[in-house]
Amino acid sequence: MSTPLQVTARLRDPVTAEDHARGPVGAPVTVVEYGDFQCQFCGAAYPNLHEMLRQRADSVRLVYRYFPIANVHPYAERAAETAEAAAARGRFWEMHDWLYEHQDQLDPVHLSLGVEQIGLPPDELDAEVQSRAHADRVRRDFVGGIRSGVNGTPTLFVNEVRHEGGYALPDLLAAVDAAANA
Amino acid sequence: MSDPNGLIQPGNAAPGFTLAATPDGHQIGPEQFRGRPVVLAFYPADWSPVCGDQMALYQAAAPVFDQYQAAVLGISVDNIWSHRAFAQARGIEFPLLADFEPKGEVARRYGAYAPWGEAQRALVVIDQNGTVVWSYLSPPDVNPGADGIFDALDRLAQQGVMAR
Repeated sequence: MSTPLQVTARLRDPVTAEDHARGPVGAPVTVVEYGDFQCQFCGAAYPNLHEMLRQRADSVRLVYRYFPIANVHPYAERAAETAEAAAARGRFWEMHDWLYEHQDQLDPVHLSLGVEQIGLPPDELDAEVQSRAHADRVRRDFVGGIRSGVNGTPTLFVNEVRHEGGYALPDLLAAVDAAANA
Repeated sequence: MSDPNGLIQPGNAAPGFTLAATPDGHQIGPEQFRGRPVVLAFYPADWSPVCGDQMALYQAAAPVFDQYQAAVLGISVDNIWSHRAFAQARGIEFPLLADFEPKGEVARRYGAYAPWGEAQRALVVIDQNGTVVWSYLSPPDVNPGADGIFDALDRLAQQGVMAR
């Protein structure tokens, strides 16, 4: 019953059609990111992930899952639920990008302006977030992450294997290229 | 695992104890949670720079621990004042116990004391009868996450051992 050695953590929840994915559906490499919109390390990784996708446009797909650590990041859960409200309108990635590009503006007032900026109705989204309409989805991502051994953010899985390297562009490119050639 | 002084292994009775949990001296220990699984999370120190703090993660996972009716107790050799400031900074609501005097006494009894004067980063899951069912020693600088804990709690639930 004891576990003397921790085997390399693997993704337990496979990617499904409900996931938010960016990049070709049939890509040989899928990167799953567990992220927290208020986490500075996720913010630092964001442009690198973006550039990785641009440079590997034919071979890599990025899936984003919510992992808000709300007790440390008071705006993280609301930001995640707002992104999910945007997703319900087919605008997940615009909201995702806005959030990571405005990490110092996640308070309710500025968040509302951000929603407006990407062309969505702020009052409508705000009402959905207030009523916790998207809380279950965010919670589901979080629990799936915890069960897969996510211990902080960002955590990446490259073709379902946990990425143990860094988040600088060369590290990311090396990881996805290795997976593509595996 | 052959080290007789290593971390307590499954099948052993969990040593009983109580430790101060709050500045008013309120004492908490695993025996107060009999009938529920108890998770002991020994960790080296409040404020230690493990990126993605382990105790903050367990607080974020509190709703999942609740599903198993599991009690989570964090334990380090820090004193109650440090624990209180740390808990406030990270929004931690589960008890952080001060294994402060005699220093590291409880960690030693669980085989989770490091010679450099801190608790190891060690996880122990205790069933509702007080028997250790899973334990795991992590490198000090690696946050072990919670997947191993939940796997152990799943096995307990499957055995129907959980009080329901």
